Amino acid sequence: MATSEVVHAHAAPQGFIRKYIFSLDHKVIGLQYFFLALTAVWVGMILSLLMRIHLIWPGANIPLIGHIQPETYLSLLTMHGTIMVFFVLTTAPQGGFGNYFLPIQIGAPDMAFPVLNMLSFWTTFVAFVVMLAAFFVTGGAPLHGWTGYPPLSAIQSSGPGEGLGADLWITSIAIFCAASLMGALNFITTTLDLRAKGMTLFRMPLTVWSWFITAILGLLAFGVLLSAGILLLMDRNLGTSFFLPTIVVNGQLMGHKGGSPLLWQHLFWFFGHPEVYIAILPGMGVASQVLSTFSRKPIFGYRAMVYAMLAIGFLGFMVWGHHMFMSGMSPYSAFAFSLLTMGIGVPSAIKTFNWLGTIHKGRVRFYTPMLFAVGFVSLFVSGGLSGPFLAQPTLDIPLHDTAFVVGHFHLIMGVAAIFGIFAATYYWFPKMFGRMMNENMGKIHFWFTFIGTYCIFMPMHYLGMAGQPRRYSQFTEVAYLHHLIPLNRFLTYAAIVTISAQLVFVINLFWSMFKGQKATDNPWEATTLEWTTATPPPHDNFGGHTPVVNHGPYEYGVPGAARDFVMQTDPAGSPAH
Amino acid sequence: MSTLAPKLAVKDPRIGEGGGTPPSFGGGGGGNSGGSGAFDYGERLRRARLGLVLGLTAVIMLFVGFTSALLVRKGLPSFDAQTNTYSRDWVTVYLPWTLLVINTAVLLISSVTMELARRAIIRKAALAPVKSIPGVSLGEETNFPWLGSTVVLGLGFLVGQFLVYHILQERHIFVNRGPSSSFAYLLFGTHAVHLAGGVIALMYAACTSWLLHKPVEAQRIAIDVTAWYWHFMALLWMYIMVLLVLVR
Repeated sequence: MATSEVVHAHAAPQGFIRKYIFSLDHKVIGLQYFFLALTAVWVGMILSLLMRIHLIWPGANIPLIGHIQPETYLSLLTMHGTIMVFFVLTTAPQGGFGNYFLPIQIGAPDMAFPVLNMLSFWTTFVAFVVMLAAFFVTGGAPLHGWTGYPPLSAIQSSGPGEGLGADLWITSIAIFCAASLMGALNFITTTLDLRAKGMTLFRMPLTVWSWFITAILGLLAFGVLLSAGILLLMDRNLGTSFFLPTIVVNGQLMGHKGGSPLLWQHLFWFFGHPEVYIAILPGMGVASQVLSTFSRKPIFGYRAMVYAMLAIGFLGFMVWGHHMFMSGMSPYSAFAFSLLTMGIGVPSAIKTFNWLGTIHKGRVRFYTPMLFAVGFVSLFVSGGLSGPFLAQPTLDIPLHDTAFVVGHFHLIMGVAAIFGIFAATYYWFPKMFGRMMNENMGKIHFWFTFIGTYCIFMPMHYLGMAGQPRRYSQFTEVAYLHHLIPLNRFLTYAAIVTISAQLVFVINLFWSMFKGQKATDNPWEATTLEWTTATPPPHDNFGGHTPVVNHGPYEYGVPGAARDFVMQTDPAGSPAH
Repeated sequence: MSTLAPKLAVKDPRIGEGGGTPPSFGGGGGGNSGGSGAFDYGERLRRARLGLVLGLTAVIMLFVGFTSALLVRKGLPSFDAQTNTYSRDWVTVYLPWTLLVINTAVLLISSVTMELARRAIIRKAALAPVKSIPGVSLGEETNFPWLGSTVVLGLGFLVGQFLVYHILQERHIFVNRGPSSSFAYLLFGTHAVHLAGGVIALMYAACTSWLLHKPVEAQRIAIDVTAWYWHFMALLWMYIMVLLVLVR
């Protein structure tokens, strides 16, 4: 039996609005984030599908959209990147699963500041609405890419979409920054101050460590992005010259003078590179959790995993310059950024080695969450290996503006992080909704997605090396790229199949929510605190008790124990490693 | 098998209520009280202060961004199309320093009154249990409205900053006059927005204390956190002043 302390149980708030809309319960807020991200990912995917279709059939007349113009292609590209990075990769793993499970995994009844938590979600929601509004204003959505480089982003007349659409884009990002800062503040305070008795820092699950470190990165990074966004808005609307030098647009000399687009790039990438880790670190935590649970083995090198995440987070702030080798940089600076970037390979390799060490000789149970966790490791390695190539200025310069980079960052940041989200969804769905997801549908979803994403993004490395530029709306008329058309066609077909396979996931998700097999409290025989409470968890998480923690988070395969795992709340005398 | 720890009854920890913060359950037993679950205002105060420190870290990062932009922008050469040469375009603009010094003094005095308000509420909270004993009197107490004074001084500072804006406009020193004036507007404006947030927080703390008759300990938490925020705003203002003097 588990150890716990009795506390006063609380009635859940009554009424639809308090319970489901403006709820203060971190679990409801977590689900709100999750469904917001689910909506956003479909918007983002459809935009990417339109881009892929346009690339191989540039003359296609698409229903409701018509013929995609070059500037429309750039709008699709901008909005795809922005929505995916901010409203999916940042929102789902941290806002969604972090919100739902961080308090439960540390034995807390809620986040430290519930009202702030609610405000954080609704601010994110407003940011998403403002972002989508950019599609529907005069000129449409902006063209400047998710990185928003000036001078294109800083001049209203630089193109369609760079008027009100770009203002809405920047405003949305600024609102999102505020929301993320509120969230980060809450996550850090909760982790430091609300842990249950016995939940020492080194008894925290690696998921909690990953959310905690991600929150620290967010706290330090989003403020800088906000500062850059404010300066950009001033350049656009008040005539200042932070990022704009003397410049002629459409034959007209603009009134700006003396600013530097490079200044934006420094500020943006000081945020932008940690943002990569904000997206991927929670996936690392989930992968660790799932690999250990389904291999029935303790995580290999728990402390090394923690220190590796801390090192990745720390180094993440030192390497922003590697995004700017092409923009013009002192070779000495480039050398420093290059060396530090390759240094990140060390903690990344430690993590990969430890994941493999965890699986090695384990009694592996290949349920869907495990498949996605293994898929995460595979994609992390495949996407990560091209990192040291791009970290070297001499290699980056010819590859930087090609599809090689698109393949690299989609594998490592996009798809790997998404696999972390899928692993988390399949793993925690029983706890969140009280029912199991369908395993067969889950496996179909996994194999189509796993093979499909490799088919889409691995060939992009080859396309890049063959010289196909990125961000170009049309390449089929370019003679030296003719031989790449068949491979591009293959990529588009793969994208169509992979995106279609996501319908299997959505059907499984909603079908299982209502019709899935009833879940027990601990269907995976896992050890952490969320599996000690009822399914789904009560309003105060532990139903009038607070757990007392006596064990580490990954005590599996314990010799001499009645079962092959020791839960964190089992009495202190239980056999353990 | 069950080894339930001693049962401890607790007061309402306010989960799910508007604005409440959850009770602390220990912090892993690593030096915190751990596990009592008691409704402890001391722990709530510590948690609120931690939240404030983290919030201020975000504000610091915002101004770190502005400062690095300022330093880089000041050092940038600008291309002059007429002479076909590069030159530095950082021309220091006129700022009404006398008024700015007066505003600085007002803000620093408000920081003092804020501190006195914070100490007054600490004293009130400490003496509350004694005062509740029948027959015990602490004698005459003077309750100077330090909080109200701070709000007035804070609003005075904001009015002073509006006058600075007005003077700059009168002298045709607009935000796009040059990088020097752009940064002055940027730093003044961003600081004013943050200080206005502090004024609103103070007014909110005062109003909810009086209208909702919150316990003195709850008032103390609100005023304590706002006070530290206020002191930080004064410090931030001094930093802005020093920065603008140094880059003249």
